[in-house]
Amino acid sequence: MSDAYWKHFDHRADIGIEGVGPAPEQAFAQAAMALMAIMCDLETIEKKESRRIEVSGENLEILYYDFINELIYLITSEGFVFSQAEVSISGHGLRAEMIGEPMDISRHQPSVEVKAASFSSLEVTRSPEGLFIARCIVDV
Amino acid sequence: MSPSRPRKISPYIYRLDPTDRMRVPGLIFADEDLIMDMEDDVFRQLSNVASLPGIVSAAMAMPDAHLGYGFPIGGVGAFDPDRGGVVSAGGVGFDIACGVRTLLTGISRQQLETHKKTLADLLFQNIPAGLGTKKGLKLSDKEMERMLAEGALWAVRKGYGDKADLEKIEEEGSAAGADPSEVSDKARKRLDKEMGSLGSGNHYLEIQIVSDIYDPDAADVYGLRKDDAVITIHCGSRGLGHQVATEFIRLMVEESARQKIHLPDRDLACAPLLSSTGQRYLGAMKAAFNCAVANRQIIAHLARETFLSVFPDAKTRQLYDVCHNTCREEEHEIDGRTMKLFIHRKGATRAFGPGHPLLPPAYRDVGQPVIIGGSMGTHSYILAGTSDGMKLSFGSACHGAGRIMSRKQALKKYPGRQVIEQLQRKDIEVRGHSFKGLAEEAPEAYKDVDKVAEVSSQSGLARKVARLDPAICVKG
Repeated sequence: MSDAYWKHFDHRADIGIEGVGPAPEQAFAQAAMALMAIMCDLETIEKKESRRIEVSGENLEILYYDFINELIYLITSEGFVFSQAEVSISGHGLRAEMIGEPMDISRHQPSVEVKAASFSSLEVTRSPEGLFIARCIVDV
Repeated sequence: MSPSRPRKISPYIYRLDPTDRMRVPGLIFADEDLIMDMEDDVFRQLSNVASLPGIVSAAMAMPDAHLGYGFPIGGVGAFDPDRGGVVSAGGVGFDIACGVRTLLTGISRQQLETHKKTLADLLFQNIPAGLGTKKGLKLSDKEMERMLAEGALWAVRKGYGDKADLEKIEEEGSAAGADPSEVSDKARKRLDKEMGSLGSGNHYLEIQIVSDIYDPDAADVYGLRKDDAVITIHCGSRGLGHQVATEFIRLMVEESARQKIHLPDRDLACAPLLSSTGQRYLGAMKAAFNCAVANRQIIAHLARETFLSVFPDAKTRQLYDVCHNTCREEEHEIDGRTMKLFIHRKGATRAFGPGHPLLPPAYRDVGQPVIIGGSMGTHSYILAGTSDGMKLSFGSACHGAGRIMSRKQALKKYPGRQVIEQLQRKDIEVRGHSFKGLAEEAPEAYKDVDKVAEVSSQSGLARKVARLDPAICVKG
């Protein structure tokens, strides 16, 4: 398995998203893919346009929480779906370029809508191998 | 916090004795099977709720309780503002004022049968649903402001339904004290072209048949006749409510730290009811409540018009509209004293007993209709609020079946096509926007709703009036 990947984990009512990478930036970018994959098959999303996201937070966890909630806002208010993310973090600020396209219902076949990221299981940690792991449960 | 084990104190009530920081005990309304099904984390969450400032009597879990955020789903907590009581945005939930509305039709099972497929197709076509469809209404800034201030009353003024509906909605469809100025531009934007839409996930519109009557007198008062078709809608405040909750939970994490409130779980983030953050949240939450009831008012109108286009003789009349994610200021009697309390009901329904002044006059003798929505393809129930329930649970009862299987597991186990075939074999017309969404809502992913309704009734929280079988199910 590569050093950067995402997965979903179980929660009885909802679903957990997890991004892993050698640095927080990659872990966050992977978690963004995990979020998008709840709603659509990532392979159906073409990389045509990008949207910029900026958030700030006092620590990595809050930064991650705000980042995921901002993505949910991007998807649900603008109908923008993405299959790639370029994340940069400096100090308390995060900037991300989300690369994808406007949602096309027939092609993307969106299933459930994600309502919000929660603080449940919210954590940004490091594995014994030194990889960053960003996770939380989202309400669907 | 590690809670004590639940101890059976009566046939349908288990108690968590106070440990650590718990200010009051936890009470779980369940029988042996249901309590076995509840994960330990539910008890931990209930103990956490019991540790919040100003909580009164007990932190409670309804028979359908399962793991939630901060509060368990199916959680009830009453807080006294004068004793530092708090309001928790997480304790209300992300889908503010999500709820259920049922309309009577006067059309029989036999009549429905002949036009079932046509009606299912038309409902699917006419009711905006699913993720990203953006087929709902777009409101001008002015209309948005009015909708947030007036709720279902605004919708009726716009021609959706009629005034008689309002009486059969909690708060008569318009929460007093709603403060639209506390609803951010982002929250408003998330509602863009989504007003009057079902959403996705476990939200639905069903045509159901009254299949059994348990309390003929109450059923008569409610207008429920065996073998009649009813329309039931389950949905909430859409993206607007989700955004209000997201923003205030974030604010309350900071407020809790400022107020030095110990938070065993950040999803329990809260603010004293009498603080500025607490008051601001209540104003925003009430505006989101108005959004939810206005949303159901519009959907009910569309469903009604569709139903009437197929059955011109139908007499569509509203039974009731209940919310199950709220915090309400209510008067309750504690140890012989009337107190003003704020009752959080997270995945729990208000269930006022007979004689309650807030009930519409027509229902005052029998108690409030409590609508328990089943999962897709299973029964739903109408119960009635009781005097016992007023004492046991601040007039609260369960809201649905409660999940027992994660979406991920359900998806793996029940492919969408298989779910549809299984429902078709039961003669249920299903229309959905997503196979994946349908699989995640497979009936097996939920608790046995018959059991949940029975225990709610046996424990005295509310009494069973009628059972409803699904005939048409339109999923978001």
